[in-house]
Amino acid sequence: MKFFTQVRCGAAALAASLALAVAPASAETTVNMYYPVAVGGPITKIIDKMVADFSAANPDIKVNPIYSGSYQDTITKVVTALKGGNAPEFAVILSTDMFTLIDEDAIVPFEELVSDADKAWLDGFYPGFMLNSRTGGKTWGIPFQRSTIVQYWNKDAFKEAGLDPEVAPKTWDEMVAAAEKLTKRDASGNVTRWGVQIPSSGFPYWLFQALTTQNDVILANEAGTKVTYDDPRVVEALQFWVDLSKKHKVHPEGIVEWGTTPKDFFEGKVAMMWTTTGNLTNVRSNAPFPFGVGMLPAKVRGGSPTGGGNFYIFKNASPEQRKAALAFIKWATAPEQAAAWSIATGYVAVTPAAWETEAMKKYAAEFPAAAVARDQLDVAVAELSTHDNQRVTKALNDGLQAALTGAKEPAQAMKDAQAEADRVLRPFQ
Amino acid sequence: MSRLRASIHASLLLLPAVVLLAAFTHVPAVRTFIGALYTTPRGNRPEVFIGLGNYRHLLDDPVFWQAMANNVWYAALTIPLSVILALVMALAVDARLPGRAALRMAYFTPTVLPMIAVANIWLFFYTPGYGLLDQVLGLFGVAQTNWLGSRDTALNAVIAVAVWKEAGFFMIFYLAALQTIPHDLREAAAIEGASRFTFFRRVTLPLLMPTTLFVLVNAVIGAFRLVDHIVVMTRGGPDNATALLLYYIYEIGFRFWDSAYAATLTTVLLAILAVLAAVQFLFLERRIHYR
Repeated sequence: MKFFTQVRCGAAALAASLALAVAPASAETTVNMYYPVAVGGPITKIIDKMVADFSAANPDIKVNPIYSGSYQDTITKVVTALKGGNAPEFAVILSTDMFTLIDEDAIVPFEELVSDADKAWLDGFYPGFMLNSRTGGKTWGIPFQRSTIVQYWNKDAFKEAGLDPEVAPKTWDEMVAAAEKLTKRDASGNVTRWGVQIPSSGFPYWLFQALTTQNDVILANEAGTKVTYDDPRVVEALQFWVDLSKKHKVHPEGIVEWGTTPKDFFEGKVAMMWTTTGNLTNVRSNAPFPFGVGMLPAKVRGGSPTGGGNFYIFKNASPEQRKAALAFIKWATAPEQAAAWSIATGYVAVTPAAWETEAMKKYAAEFPAAAVARDQLDVAVAELSTHDNQRVTKALNDGLQAALTGAKEPAQAMKDAQAEADRVLRPFQ
Repeated sequence: MSRLRASIHASLLLLPAVVLLAAFTHVPAVRTFIGALYTTPRGNRPEVFIGLGNYRHLLDDPVFWQAMANNVWYAALTIPLSVILALVMALAVDARLPGRAALRMAYFTPTVLPMIAVANIWLFFYTPGYGLLDQVLGLFGVAQTNWLGSRDTALNAVIAVAVWKEAGFFMIFYLAALQTIPHDLREAAAIEGASRFTFFRRVTLPLLMPTTLFVLVNAVIGAFRLVDHIVVMTRGGPDNATALLLYYIYEIGFRFWDSAYAATLTTVLLAILAVLAAVQFLFLERRIHYR
């Protein structure tokens, strides 16, 4: 008897809570947002706070932020949900997955959503970031957690090696020379500190693209239908990367893990590292020594690809939900918010206007390293992005890893990667 | 009349199980075979019948052959290693030792842990420089090794994880079987003056054969099924050195969304497993002594 009373009470409570949950929904629009975490630091907390602030300002919109793993996990989850007819209303996904999402007929271009007054907002972003957000004259993604690659160096190690701790290598040759001095070996010849580390696990193509850009070659055409993996300048760039460990012996052999590279840097196991500006705040809070942040060294030219995630709005969202998602996106990329996000994470504030805010000016004055990525945007190029992007970049990743692990010569590795990419891209040409 | 009623009765009783099996096993399997004969539909391009086109592509796909070779090596090492290790561990904890229960539990622990957690623990062991393995080896002056980042060691490194995980599970079956061996056999052998090795070879091992078949079938399935740690530890890299068949299917299906080609690969995997199971049951079973 007692049991049944409990059940009935429980049912009543459940019904009441359901009623409570349902009641306000008529007044507000609920939108789900998938977002990935790709850098160190308490990103989830920062996002939750952002959403709470947004709700306070817009009580009629309810945003559900859903953490969805790495970028890779996020696109997998989104496309799976899409095929099941249950895609989120909007999401933060790699800017390079634009073609994939268009081919899946999953997203709406922002031109269909914005009013005339908002057109200026679309043009307010750094053009370097819009390279991966537009194709065929339409804007498909809005830059949010965007970054470029920069080099971080350990000033103590530079001093110890007799290098000027305030100056980073400006060319490939200078980098090799500095790295040779910075590489330290113990009595038995084992390396205790490497000169430089360029991570090659997971998505080596991105870091490699910095090398190819510096060697003045672009990997893909704008329409995303052709790649130039077997260009001699690409092979030359790969040869340089391989030579760092094989010939100069200043870089660990084999595959260097992306995730542990910042840790290697903190532990003094490597003196210079290439990684995303998104790690800036992570390095700032964890490096136990003074460090410098600089633009990447140049070969023929300076440069880096941009990277990171854009906001996308999905087709399955209702008109009200699209409007609500757009409101959040506009709010999140407004100067004050973009500045706060950039300061909290290290991602590059996406509009010039954000850099004009008081908070950002103060931050850049205190911590000049933050402006390096922005200044590098002048020479930044679009991140490699094509139709069937995952497969075309995997062809390159496999080739790069084959060369870095010594399984293939760089020229052969790039020739094979080109053949595979051509095969995948044939239907789109 | 009553016979008809009985058969209706029986069918009704079987219905729930049949529905579940059909919905989640048979229909998907048949759809996989059919899907392998078409192209993958994408956005505005519908699927097209191409017959064996996907299979022709498979023959030319170097990554498929690499994954096959990796999987053969993976199976050739994990199956015997984990089964032998399981038997050795079972014999050890079957003996009268002090703290036997604690030892049994220790051997069984890896089985209880989820594979994702295991993979993350091992990821730490293998981290070059400050991972456990390198720290221990460093005491003996061995230079740091990039266990998961070099083609020579990556596949064997993930095999070690699989063996570590599987052996404890198989040990439990061997342990149970060992305890069913009657004690008087041992006494009889002792009276005959048989050495412990002879007793093991002539009595224990044959009596364990039914268990061995069961364990082998499971080990073979495991060698093709256990890929969770690949996702966590290497994502098939470097350059597909640790890509196993099932991981490659996952990648084709859920990263590249080429569902038709993924269906083709799945059909091949199913065919391999069917052949292996048939071989095990038809040939091994004849040599097994069931009491």
